[in-house]
Amino acid sequence: MFRIEPRGYPSRFWSLGSPILAIALTILVTGVIFAAMGQEPLVAVYTFLIAPLLEHNGLAALAIRAAPLIMIGVGLSLCYRTNVWNIGAEGQFTLGAISGGGLALTFPDAPAELLFPGMLALGVIGGMFWAAIPAWLRTRYNANEILTSLMLHYIAGLLLVYLVTGPWKDPHGFGFPQSALFSSTATTPIIVPGTGVHLGCALAPLLAAIAWLVLNKSVLGFKLRVVGQAPRAARFAGFNEDRLIWTAMLISGGLAGLAGILEVAGPVGQLTTTISPGYGFSAVIVAFLGRLDPIGAVFAGLLLALSYLGGDAAQIDLGLPNAVTGIFQGILLFFLLGCDLLIRYRIKRVRPNPAVTLTGIAE
Amino acid sequence: MIFLITSLLVSIIAASTPLMLAATGELIAEKAGVLNLGVEGMMLVGAVTGFVVTHLTGSTTLGIFAAILAGAGMALIFSVLTLTVLANQIATGLALTLFGKGFSSLLGRNYVGVAGPTLPKLDIPVLSTIPFFGPVLFGHDALIYLSFAILIGTAWFLYRSHAGLILRAVGDSHAAAHALGYPVIRIRYAATLFGGGMAGLAGVYMSLSYSPMWAEDMVAGRGWIALALVVFAAWRPFWLFVGAYLFGGIMYLSLYVQGLGIPVPSALVSALPYLGTILVLVLISRDRRRIRMNQPASLGQSFHATA
Amino acid sequence: MDRRQFHKILGAGLISASLPSLLRPAFADGPLQVGFVYLGPVGDFGWTYQHNVGCQQAQAHFGDKVKTTYVENVPESPDSEHVIADLAAKGNKLIFTTSFGYMNYTLKVAKQYPDVFFEHCTGYMRDKNVSTYNIRFYEGRFVQGVIAGKLTKSGLVGYIGSIPVPEVVQGMNAFLLGMRSVNPTAKLKFIMINSWYDPGKEGDATKALIDQGCDIITQHTDSPTPLQTAKGRGVKAFGEATDMTKFAPDTQLTADVNDWGGYYIKRIQDVLDGKWASTDTWGGFDSGMLSMAAFANMPDDVKALAGQAVADIRSGKNKVFVGPLTDQSGKLQLPAGQVMDDGTLSGLQWLVEGVEGKLS
Repeated sequence: MFRIEPRGYPSRFWSLGSPILAIALTILVTGVIFAAMGQEPLVAVYTFLIAPLLEHNGLAALAIRAAPLIMIGVGLSLCYRTNVWNIGAEGQFTLGAISGGGLALTFPDAPAELLFPGMLALGVIGGMFWAAIPAWLRTRYNANEILTSLMLHYIAGLLLVYLVTGPWKDPHGFGFPQSALFSSTATTPIIVPGTGVHLGCALAPLLAAIAWLVLNKSVLGFKLRVVGQAPRAARFAGFNEDRLIWTAMLISGGLAGLAGILEVAGPVGQLTTTISPGYGFSAVIVAFLGRLDPIGAVFAGLLLALSYLGGDAAQIDLGLPNAVTGIFQGILLFFLLGCDLLIRYRIKRVRPNPAVTLTGIAE
Repeated sequence: MIFLITSLLVSIIAASTPLMLAATGELIAEKAGVLNLGVEGMMLVGAVTGFVVTHLTGSTTLGIFAAILAGAGMALIFSVLTLTVLANQIATGLALTLFGKGFSSLLGRNYVGVAGPTLPKLDIPVLSTIPFFGPVLFGHDALIYLSFAILIGTAWFLYRSHAGLILRAVGDSHAAAHALGYPVIRIRYAATLFGGGMAGLAGVYMSLSYSPMWAEDMVAGRGWIALALVVFAAWRPFWLFVGAYLFGGIMYLSLYVQGLGIPVPSALVSALPYLGTILVLVLISRDRRRIRMNQPASLGQSFHATA
Repeated sequence: MDRRQFHKILGAGLISASLPSLLRPAFADGPLQVGFVYLGPVGDFGWTYQHNVGCQQAQAHFGDKVKTTYVENVPESPDSEHVIADLAAKGNKLIFTTSFGYMNYTLKVAKQYPDVFFEHCTGYMRDKNVSTYNIRFYEGRFVQGVIAGKLTKSGLVGYIGSIPVPEVVQGMNAFLLGMRSVNPTAKLKFIMINSWYDPGKEGDATKALIDQGCDIITQHTDSPTPLQTAKGRGVKAFGEATDMTKFAPDTQLTADVNDWGGYYIKRIQDVLDGKWASTDTWGGFDSGMLSMAAFANMPDDVKALAGQAVADIRSGKNKVFVGPLTDQSGKLQLPAGQVMDDGTLSGLQWLVEGVEGKLS
């Protein structure tokens, strides 16, 4: 029999080891699933996880896909560290796209030096605004932010549908549900010509670094962590919990909004009903996979982006269904959460002994 | 006119049933202190399993049982991770939904666009023909009656039975329950599995009765609304019924008013159920005292007894 | 791992990334590779399913000469650009992108791959190597309208719409015109569900329309749920995109069936012959791209009438959108005797008098 026993302090070794173990186990199980679907497991895993990087422009595709995931994931890491459960980043992403995109559509002829920064600012504000609603409802009315932020995501999506089928519909677009294309002054700058790698790809790791500094080296970061880990201690210390909830929500909402405007002003180029393939939800995995650490979110975002590219490649090369991506992501998160046990607890082998309570497994 | 109101009510009953089934299961899990956000994923896996098994065996009964088992199987993954390995319940629940979406779409791959058998309606000979009351009260399929039976059973279990008392004790203070010698983890396993089974049942209602077919992501957010309903009901069975029917009604009526030609953009009308959920959550939650009185105090917390 | 190490790894990746492109075999010999990009799953039994039927017909027709590949569930987001580019990079010389939302991404990739031919379904933007193709779905709607006009007792018919794009507006208007051609007082009610494929909502919308007195249902969404729901309520209905008889044999009156296979075969043949050129195809009954499923569950005289309607449209005797047409506000939009030109038709955004409810 095994027994789970708390460690005195978190294991440094397993803090790094557990995600690696989780990724290894995930690849193993995914390989078994591939085999069950009649594929050569090694070939399938190679096609899914390695081949996409070797494609022409594969790394560029990875960076483009990873940028929004990292940006949102960094914000969510901060938020979850504070024990604030913002699940509606997808909606904040959408609102960022709507707010910044609205500016681009209203002033298509404004000079780029004014228009693009204005769009970014409005994108951030839009995301913050949409995150402020659950923050307000939680601090003022005690309403659960998981559910309110999630419901707001649906509302944001429908608001976007309303705008692009109604007031913001492209007058020359034959009535299709999309806005006009953004003018060239309202477009996210490409930083590596010919690859589509845009400003957001550089901003994402930069923002992660800043967030890491804030979280680990600033008083604010300290407060956020204390509220998250020991709310009672935070109250004794006189921290204003409501203000910290607001801060966490606004940071994560702002980053999601920024990702949203960068995406529509960059790879998408206009507002349509489908601006995100679920970045806001995948970013939840990014946050956890990155151990709720902003730098970890960078690596996690790259891995998640790879799983999307792998899903496409597995379809084209092996004829595997698209669902493989979702299964991979779910299993990865399962193992990751499971392996986290090793950080705070050690597993000890014990001889069956009636005097010992076998805690955890069987009481 | 009577005909129109009757059929309106019948439609609302159908829309509300999956919400009530899933929320009843989640209620029991939360009463035991387990917050499982994977309802959407468990419903999807239940929906596809029930559909496939019914299609293969030709028996809706077997399909329903298979769906319950599949939902419970998903809940088992959750339980092992959160109760035995002490993983964060919120994150695990989200992972369960992600996994459930992908897994259900893989399982149902060859069954999309397949015409499936439909759950038979129980036409009670004389009663169903009574005007108004006949069609509203009788002539539904078995799962609708079952949803009420289970809800009443749940209310009885929670407030009138000894086992229910223990379950609530585990949810309110796992440390105290443990000190009294109750097997906290085992009880939580049972409650979570029940919640999964009910989500599976809600799913199979979708795929055999509500829109009798399998389509990817066909649960379309109902699992999340069921979660909100438990808070809405402040963890009380009667209010769960009220909430489920209120939301089923809003979901249905948001389409219904469009047909009336009311000049409101359809996308904004479609947002009503979600807006309603938020409003109601706020109305319920603002009374902190009531939440504190009814919310299981240990909700969402891992339990690890130190030897 | 610190940032310097991270960059080192990225750098190593960049070097290895450039290798395989040198190693990739030339694809001059061997079968012509043809790619398809689908919005839904191939088994949606609606839009994507019919495209895939066409793809399979083309594969069967050409045998070893052609190799088809498809990618399903591709969202209409920048992901699709990556998928389309990937198909082009992997040697596909002709790529069909089968949903409106791929329009800009198809055009972007087409610029990067000038020697690959692209075909975008339902769009309106073309390029040297980008064609567009679509079906005159509204012709089928007119025939449905004729049938519904004859069969409705309440004089009220329900239309489940997806998103009010011109195709759906054309469909509702054509349906009403067909209905009014045999039943001058019949009315059409609609509900937009803001999605092309959502069985739960499609079913609810069907119920709502029936609850409001509609006794025949037609749908402009892709799942068979409306048909099944109508069956449950004892109301007749039409299938969409494909023959859905098996879901409700006693309920389906007919369905408009999209036949893409003929078009795909023709365009692939053009590439093989070196004759491919950028065009815009909008085919109706006469092109073979649209047909009606067997007329069922209706009296023989209605069947005859519906058959005549198909024949008249096919021969060009009936142009469907012929004046006088007034919109809901009573304003004359098309004077008597005039036929609406394709340009106006493809951007249609107003509803004919007799359709109840407003476009938003």
